[in-house]
Amino acid sequence: MEGLKVAEADLVVYVHPSKSNQVRRAVLRQLSSLLFTHDEIFDGVVLAYEVNIPSKRAKVISGLIPYIGVKIKANLLLFSPKPSMLIGGKVVKLGKESIHVVVLGFSSAAIMLEDIREEFKYKIKHGEGVFASSSHKRHVIKAGSMIRFQVKSFDEEILHISGSLLPSNTGCIQWLSKHGTEDGSYADSSLKTSDIQREMQEEGTLNTTTGDKSPNKTQKHKSKKRTRGDR
Amino acid sequence: MGVEPQGNGFSVDGAEEGFISDSEAFASVINVLDGVRMAPSLVAQVDKEQYYYLVSVVNPGRKIGPVDEALTVTALKALTRAVFKIDIMYHGALLNNIFLTSIWDYDLETRNAFLELITTMATLPDKFLENCLHVLLCNFRPPNWLKAPFCHSKRWLMRKKEVHSELHLALHCITTLVPLAPVRLKCLIEKLMSRVTEDKYIMVTYVEGLLGLEKNEIGKFLGSTVMAKVVDLLTDLDVNIPWEDILQEEQNKSVFVIELGDSNQDDEHSSIKQNGVLKCNVFADKLDGLMVVVCEHLKSCADTGCLLEGFDRLSEIFRRAVLKLHKSKFTQFLIFYACSLDPDTCGLKFAILLTDIFVSKDEDPDSRMKAVAYLASYLSRAKFISSSLVTSILQRLVDWCFEYCQLQESREKMISPQADRIFYSGCQAVMYILCFRLRSISDVPHLKQLLFHLPLDSILCHPTLDPLKVCLPLIVQEFLRQASAARLFKKPMPYFYDDSFESEFSKAFGGIERLDMFFPFDPYLLKESDRFMRPNFEFWDNVRTTYSNFDGDEVDDELEDLDVPNFPDDAGGYEVHNDIDFDNEDDIELPMSKMSITPKPSFLHPIATNFSQPSLMPARIRPSQSPPSPRQGILSRREWRG
Repeated sequence: MEGLKVAEADLVVYVHPSKSNQVRRAVLRQLSSLLFTHDEIFDGVVLAYEVNIPSKRAKVISGLIPYIGVKIKANLLLFSPKPSMLIGGKVVKLGKESIHVVVLGFSSAAIMLEDIREEFKYKIKHGEGVFASSSHKRHVIKAGSMIRFQVKSFDEEILHISGSLLPSNTGCIQWLSKHGTEDGSYADSSLKTSDIQREMQEEGTLNTTTGDKSPNKTQKHKSKKRTRGDR
Repeated sequence: MGVEPQGNGFSVDGAEEGFISDSEAFASVINVLDGVRMAPSLVAQVDKEQYYYLVSVVNPGRKIGPVDEALTVTALKALTRAVFKIDIMYHGALLNNIFLTSIWDYDLETRNAFLELITTMATLPDKFLENCLHVLLCNFRPPNWLKAPFCHSKRWLMRKKEVHSELHLALHCITTLVPLAPVRLKCLIEKLMSRVTEDKYIMVTYVEGLLGLEKNEIGKFLGSTVMAKVVDLLTDLDVNIPWEDILQEEQNKSVFVIELGDSNQDDEHSSIKQNGVLKCNVFADKLDGLMVVVCEHLKSCADTGCLLEGFDRLSEIFRRAVLKLHKSKFTQFLIFYACSLDPDTCGLKFAILLTDIFVSKDEDPDSRMKAVAYLASYLSRAKFISSSLVTSILQRLVDWCFEYCQLQESREKMISPQADRIFYSGCQAVMYILCFRLRSISDVPHLKQLLFHLPLDSILCHPTLDPLKVCLPLIVQEFLRQASAARLFKKPMPYFYDDSFESEFSKAFGGIERLDMFFPFDPYLLKESDRFMRPNFEFWDNVRTTYSNFDGDEVDDELEDLDVPNFPDDAGGYEVHNDIDFDNEDDIELPMSKMSITPKPSFLHPIATNFSQPSLMPARIRPSQSPPSPRQGILSRREWRG
């Protein structure tokens, strides 16, 4: 899945003097306040962190309250979906006009009818509403299925993604992994390829040519946010 | 009614005349919305009229007929499908009307349609989440026109339950669709909490709805927000009740400050009169209603087995907020009640929390003094606390005091109450607890041995610190009296002739807030919620003191009406046969013939070495009644100098 990355960051956390006997706890608490909020500096939503406090010395800031500036090194898991990335999520609600998806358990996404390609029609099957593909019989999107969609826009304030199912490599992940094509340039969705892909969540970009399939890593490692010395 | 239910998108069957089908409704709504999607001056008159018609249909108000209601349902359902077409800028009037709706007025189908609309609107990117949560929270309150006596009718009680559960469900749905919604909800709950000036019924209903939210699955995301805000509201009301309303005339024997010798019997007349004065106070009334709601919530938590988390939250809130308050009167009974629901876990935890605060060096002195005052009052008044727990806590307190004394060797011989105030509050707490519990502890042999081996006399008779002079004289008096009856001390203690209520020294160590006279769990005075506290509360009149049986037969002559609602439940190691139902509010008169004479209590004999033999027990334990005349003379003079 695109949009996830791990970053190494050199940070300084300012700890209030009253917490000076529990510095690590204060640092963790401060970092926890960053969770699930979008941060401009990191350019993403912080999902998880791992903290290492390398030195036992810290500088005391001069001022009205003598905060202690603790230098830390942190590994941060960031989520920053950009337009035209492909994201996977679980369908929680299907309506005639929209599909509601939850991504990574915390981010809500909505795909409006106008962004769902013609191929999918709303039907009632076994008493519940589904979006079934008219060209591929088994390609069905229903509540609870995992789908891959393209990001249209991302609202950073409430972490809401506006998605689109227009590209042909979007849809139910299970079906796509068996039948789907890497090649998004063919808009004709009646292609059936016999390639069986190794990973369920193998991503592709829109412009790869067929035959050239180097599986990308699901995470881009080590994009450094700040310079750091050698360890 | 001719309008097909929404579930099946293809069975458009509105063929009946005069009614429109779902898809037709949907199409027409889309048209209407598109018709006004431009600058107001450009909108055609026809479109404008249609739009305003839609606005009025969506929230028609109170008294509407079934046809109109069906129309509303259709409109709401069509709007649900068309949410993505709603524009903040151009459709302000519509949105306004939607977000001001009160669903109490409508029947089930309309409510469902409305909630469906709100849930769908909440999932749209960026636009309406906050407003949707806002309207749902506001709907926990009943509409303004719903006041007494209508609000107590069966119909509206049912409606309230239905509305609340539907709202909880809607909020839960929104959380499924937008996982981070509880973050917004938390902020909104803090903003929208009731104020003390709100009408009682509205306030109580709102809090009831909120507490139901806490029990819901969404509650685990909200953490202690709901409970914290509720306790804030309670304390706001609490501190607004003036003490003058509680202090009463002599004959009613106010119980608020020091309760030794109080006569707060379960006499119908006195309780009504007492609470009659309080009832005039508006804040007390509201507080009463809220306490009922919160206690019922705690009870239902206990029934479903999740009391412990609720208790942990409550004790954290207590530590942060209530403990620091300058004398709240009734709010602290919440935690008293919570402890009574699970004495072995919660009751124990609370006692340990308070003791830890007292002995901890990291806490400020005021908090420590208040904590030990709470502890003393709690251990004395809570019937559900066992004597063994009391003894172990006493051990800790006495150990702390003893260590403190050891550090005092090299001081000049002068009492400075202010400097040693923590020590004095500790001593006073020990004495207070023993006033209530000495007898019951002494009746259990192994606990008695523990107690009698504590270095109490070296603490209380310490030459430099001299707590007996500094602590509240009334407590010192009572304690010394009981201690001498129990032969607690080996050498004779000085007898105090000072029968005043307070002294200069006690005022000094109490400080500005008069923590020397702080007994937080003094008898509860709010009427409606009293039934939660009363079964677990120990009144002074019912306490068995060490000297009361000493007088033996003479006391029988002084027995008058025995109002015995509460029986001391805890009697150490042996069983008590209580045939008296203390849920029964009526006065119970025990005729003299049923009384049995208790045998001489064990502590009047020298401590036997053979502890395995329990003392003989009568079939019924006679309750202790008002103390005999010599003592009554001292204590009935309630010298409250304000």
